[in-house]
Amino acid sequence: MSGNEAIARGAYEAGVRFAAAYPGTPSTEIMEQFCKYEGVYAEWSTNEKVAVEVAIGAALAGEKAMAVMKHVGVNVAADPIFTVSYTGINGALVIVSADDPSMHSSQNEQDNRNYARFAKIPMLEPADADEAKQYIKLAFEISARFDTPVFLRSTTRVSHSKSVVHLDEPGKYEDKTGFVYNAQKYVMVPVNARTQRVEVEKRERLLNDFVETFPENKMEINNPEVGIITAGMPYNYSKEVFPDYSYLKLGMVYPLPEKMIRDFASKVKKIYVVEELDPYLEEQIKALGVKVIGKEIFPYTNEFDPGVIKDAIEGNLQRAASPYKESLAARPPNLCPGCPHRGLFYALSKHKAYVHGDIGCYTLSYMKPLQGLHSCICMGASIGMAHGMSKAMKAKGKGKVVGVIGDSTFLHSGITSLLNLAYNNSDALIIILDNSTTAMTGMQEHPGTGYTLMGKEAKKVNLKDLVSVLGIENIEVIDPLDYKATRSAIKEELAKDGPSVIIAQRPCALFKRGGIKPKPALKVDTDKCEGCRSCIGLNCPPIAWKKGVTKEGSKRKGVSYIDAALCNGCGLCAQICKFGAIS
Amino acid sequence: MSDREVKSILFAGVGGQGILRASDITCEVIMEAGFDVKKSEVHGMAQRGGCVTSHVRYGKKVYSPLAKTGSIQTLVSFEKMESLRYLQFLRKDAAIIVNTEEINPPAVNMGDDPYPEDIIGFLKNHYGKVIGLNAAELAQKAGNIKTANVVLLGALSNLMNIDKSVWQDVIKKSFPEKLVKMNLAAFQMGIDA
Repeated sequence: MSGNEAIARGAYEAGVRFAAAYPGTPSTEIMEQFCKYEGVYAEWSTNEKVAVEVAIGAALAGEKAMAVMKHVGVNVAADPIFTVSYTGINGALVIVSADDPSMHSSQNEQDNRNYARFAKIPMLEPADADEAKQYIKLAFEISARFDTPVFLRSTTRVSHSKSVVHLDEPGKYEDKTGFVYNAQKYVMVPVNARTQRVEVEKRERLLNDFVETFPENKMEINNPEVGIITAGMPYNYSKEVFPDYSYLKLGMVYPLPEKMIRDFASKVKKIYVVEELDPYLEEQIKALGVKVIGKEIFPYTNEFDPGVIKDAIEGNLQRAASPYKESLAARPPNLCPGCPHRGLFYALSKHKAYVHGDIGCYTLSYMKPLQGLHSCICMGASIGMAHGMSKAMKAKGKGKVVGVIGDSTFLHSGITSLLNLAYNNSDALIIILDNSTTAMTGMQEHPGTGYTLMGKEAKKVNLKDLVSVLGIENIEVIDPLDYKATRSAIKEELAKDGPSVIIAQRPCALFKRGGIKPKPALKVDTDKCEGCRSCIGLNCPPIAWKKGVTKEGSKRKGVSYIDAALCNGCGLCAQICKFGAIS
Repeated sequence: MSDREVKSILFAGVGGQGILRASDITCEVIMEAGFDVKKSEVHGMAQRGGCVTSHVRYGKKVYSPLAKTGSIQTLVSFEKMESLRYLQFLRKDAAIIVNTEEINPPAVNMGDDPYPEDIIGFLKNHYGKVIGLNAAELAQKAGNIKTANVVLLGALSNLMNIDKSVWQDVIKKSFPEKLVKMNLAAFQMGIDA
């Protein structure tokens, strides 16, 4: 079972029947698994802030509620999280944060343990799938017992690694919902917040005592010469290479067990703190006056592996090297064959605009040869950034500033920025890449798809109507795989004064319900192909280049060919080819 | 295997080649054979035509799902040049199984980088055991090019001390009934290759 599947299983075993989330790697599979259990309510909310608010609402009604997100999702949700720490939660509330050290699929590698300390919310951190299942149950127990939200922090290696998980019987669900009126506790106006602020400190003291006896903070005294203080996956990496050292493995990373740490320090001579990303444990342990070795030898960046830890402790600077010394062509992730984004970005690149990107599959178009976008910060940012640049550039930016955003991303956090753009009136062109699904994370539903996570039919937002009521007057809807229409729509809308929106509408090529059936694979007529590589400029996976296939009376040095096993016949390359060689 | 020994297999290839399915099947087989097993991979961006790797580690008790550099005994490469990308992870006496199919990365198509030549020769010069086979062709013979991953599992099963019948039972459970015969044929082709 993967760590994510185990979290879903553990929540179900704990009697949790309510969860809200927004998809994001590496957290997505938690909800996809949880929604399959009998009797649960699970939803994709429009964004992480909404998901946390939904879960708070359920918890205030007395439910055990779970909100799930990736690390940067916690930034979106931070506002309610910081204040629900004051109010407490009546039922139980656990927020799962799946962090991504090494940024396998993220724009940053922030260390969300800092949120626990910042918001004064306890945090548990499992080291593998079996612990993930157990810890989510403990998180709900702690939440209910101390009337506090609790964080469960996972990382990509915990979420996406698979290992043996021991299952228990699922707990019975008891409906304890009802209204609890308590304005002093739940209405956070200053006068009440001041009272609750004091309650938070009382809770902190109770938790400080509790954590000293928390059984998942484990001390293993082996070799008394060297000890390692660690938590989460780095515990496994360390045990792998130093099985005989002594260990203090922290199952709870906020608050920390001060007495236990001092006790451990009295039992071993030399202590290393092994943690990925920030010196989060190290700084707090050093503040206790305990001497430890940490970031002076371990890296701040990227995830660890057993080798990183062994090399740092042994001072070995020569890691095992590959005997292959030539540089190897990179193989970056790419847009799929038949992807509608390919048509849009190929057309857009011909217009020499500055394109603000956003988070989604389409971000991949920044690479050569498409080079379709020029910035990407976070979800929903493209619209505001395009508006800001357009305003700052004034006449110089006219007809040259574009923001692109996916349908799911637009509904996540683009609506308010488009409203702002219409209200403050800039010349930026916004292109909504509507592929009818949340493609990057694997086809999740959203308010524009017409279905919910539970598979029920739902209200389907009409993007054109929505854009129109926000105050945008110039709106065009196009099929991005119709190359000519796409180019002329972009040209026309860039030339207009005031804001414009193009909705590039075509379902994701992998989205079964989208109704895009693969057509027969296209072929290159090698008699007609002049080897100009225009089609290579699309960076479509089936199109490759074979050098050395020359032709009499032509300067060509090779030809393109199409791998029939990969091509789904979308026809974009045939529209691009100047020699009519593809059909 | 001694109590503390942990063996590692690295699966590597290009998104879409069935790498994760193959490593899942391998884990099931190892579990059936009575070992503790952990595997690690990254989902998300890597599925879209990019590099995909999966570490599988087994023994009496496994801590880390990731292997350290210089420690992996077996590499199964689903594409020819991908076999070169992770050699720092291999032991000097590692065994390498390579699908000799070539898939050009974008920079090769654009003419910016070459596709490396004589990869098998290079590997044979540096490692004890190198098995090259065209899994795509064999899969085609088995009935579908998509069974190339199972062909490679057949070749892998020859290097592991686990009864072939365990593999066959897991393969039977891993596919819908109508695809079982084809995949068992692909598995046998990998064994015989």
